[in-house]
Amino acid sequence: MRAWLRHHRRALGGALAKLAAQKPAAILNALVIGIALALPAGGYALLGSVQGLAQHASLEGQLSVFLRPEAARPEAEALGGRLKRDARVREARFVPREQALRELQATEGLAEVVAALNRNPLPDAFVVRLRSADPAVLEALAQELRAEQAVAHVQADSAWLRRLRALADTARLAIALLATLLAFGMVAVTFNTIRLQILTQRDEIEIAKLLGATDGFIRRPFYYLGGLQGVAGGIVGLGILWGSLVLLNTGVAPLADSYGSSFRLPFLSAGDAFAVLLFSALLGWFGAYMSVSRYLLEIEPK
Amino acid sequence: MISFSGVAKRYPGGQQALQDISFVIKAGELAFISGHSGAGKSTLLKLIAAIERPTAGAVLVNGQNVGALQRAALPYLRRNLGLVFQDQKLLHDRSVYDNVMLPLSFGDLAPKEAARRARAALDKVGLLGRDRANPIQLSGGEQQRLAIARAVVNRPAIVIADEPTANLDADSAARILDIFVAFNQVGVTVLVATHDEALIGRYARRVLRLAQGRLQAMEATA
Repeated sequence: MRAWLRHHRRALGGALAKLAAQKPAAILNALVIGIALALPAGGYALLGSVQGLAQHASLEGQLSVFLRPEAARPEAEALGGRLKRDARVREARFVPREQALRELQATEGLAEVVAALNRNPLPDAFVVRLRSADPAVLEALAQELRAEQAVAHVQADSAWLRRLRALADTARLAIALLATLLAFGMVAVTFNTIRLQILTQRDEIEIAKLLGATDGFIRRPFYYLGGLQGVAGGIVGLGILWGSLVLLNTGVAPLADSYGSSFRLPFLSAGDAFAVLLFSALLGWFGAYMSVSRYLLEIEPK
Repeated sequence: MISFSGVAKRYPGGQQALQDISFVIKAGELAFISGHSGAGKSTLLKLIAAIERPTAGAVLVNGQNVGALQRAALPYLRRNLGLVFQDQKLLHDRSVYDNVMLPLSFGDLAPKEAARRARAALDKVGLLGRDRANPIQLSGGEQQRLAIARAVVNRPAIVIADEPTANLDADSAARILDIFVAFNQVGVTVLVATHDEALIGRYARRVLRLAQGRLQAMEATA
């Protein structure tokens, strides 16, 4: 076990020394890998922000039920009672027309418009949250409510959120495709770097084989080199992403502030950032594995 | 013990390097292989180290048929052989000490023991004081002695050397062979391929004479 650890420590040390000895090439490789990683990671971070907004607005089934302007308050109370008794309904919040007007007045830019009105044009309404997000349940209840005498209009508020979710799913698929393509690119970069390293060390490898080095002993430093290159690329990629988000947030901040929101594009969570590093290390290792498998067998002592 | 039984080697290009070679080198023996350039000396040594595989016959090293060994078993065979090459095959970007440490780095020896063995091997060939030098700073004879130190650092039971005295002056060549004799005196089996008949003549050992890939004679020098 000690010898095994010693071999791994030596291989890791050797790989680090090689990276240090070839700084310009190592930095360029890390940059290429970093850019390749930053693109899907950035897409993932932005998608996370959009999904965060959508989740904040809730994707659960929700209906806005607007009553007829002539509907009397007792009719509204009767409808409220019917909604509360319905097993499909989690919550039915009554929004009186006066409160709706106050909320409209509080909306930035609309205060003057509302003040210019000589009467309250808004109806009484119910905001109905359902226990299920199932569109069929939502539509069934909406149909029933439309048939009510006091109801003027029923709006399924979560429809746009479902569209947003569908868009987010499409974006997630696009990011996955992009990540897959760029992963191939990363593997190709590492493959080529390790290939050049193997060719540079051809004599050393041949001598080591002559003197009794196992394939594992010879392969190990290259695996570490590939993995370290992946990690370096991952760190650069996260750095690029962080810098880009900081820049983007300088534009997002005033826009969000104008809506009274403190929304900012967030950086990846610690777990996601670690996953990016792990993923890049694995891709680096895999590129090295492919290269070593392809070229090391060709080097045999003569 | 090294045993060749009806061994032939034909290279892919069609060149017949060895034909019907049979002999036995006993454990603890020192023997020479002589012959002109192209006689098959190097091929014969490569068969022992499984660098090449025979096309016919069997090569046994310590009872193992090395021609039939799996690829994964070759490193363990080579660790038990000390190989010395005409071109030394040294790493010129490493120090003398690091070159000797190379075969020890493959195994399971603790670093202290490995360092002790490396220094002992360098001491045996008279290079202990030059352990920090680069091989390129050494003379031809010293480079060959360094190659010998690296070959014996794993304490192999068998040492095989391919033209270890080529391109060396007479004194250096004699010193190299004296080192092999010293190893042989402590029980190491040594097989040296050389075309230097004058040098062979100085030692009363068995000589395997090769010509055009065939074993012409096995004789002891006076």
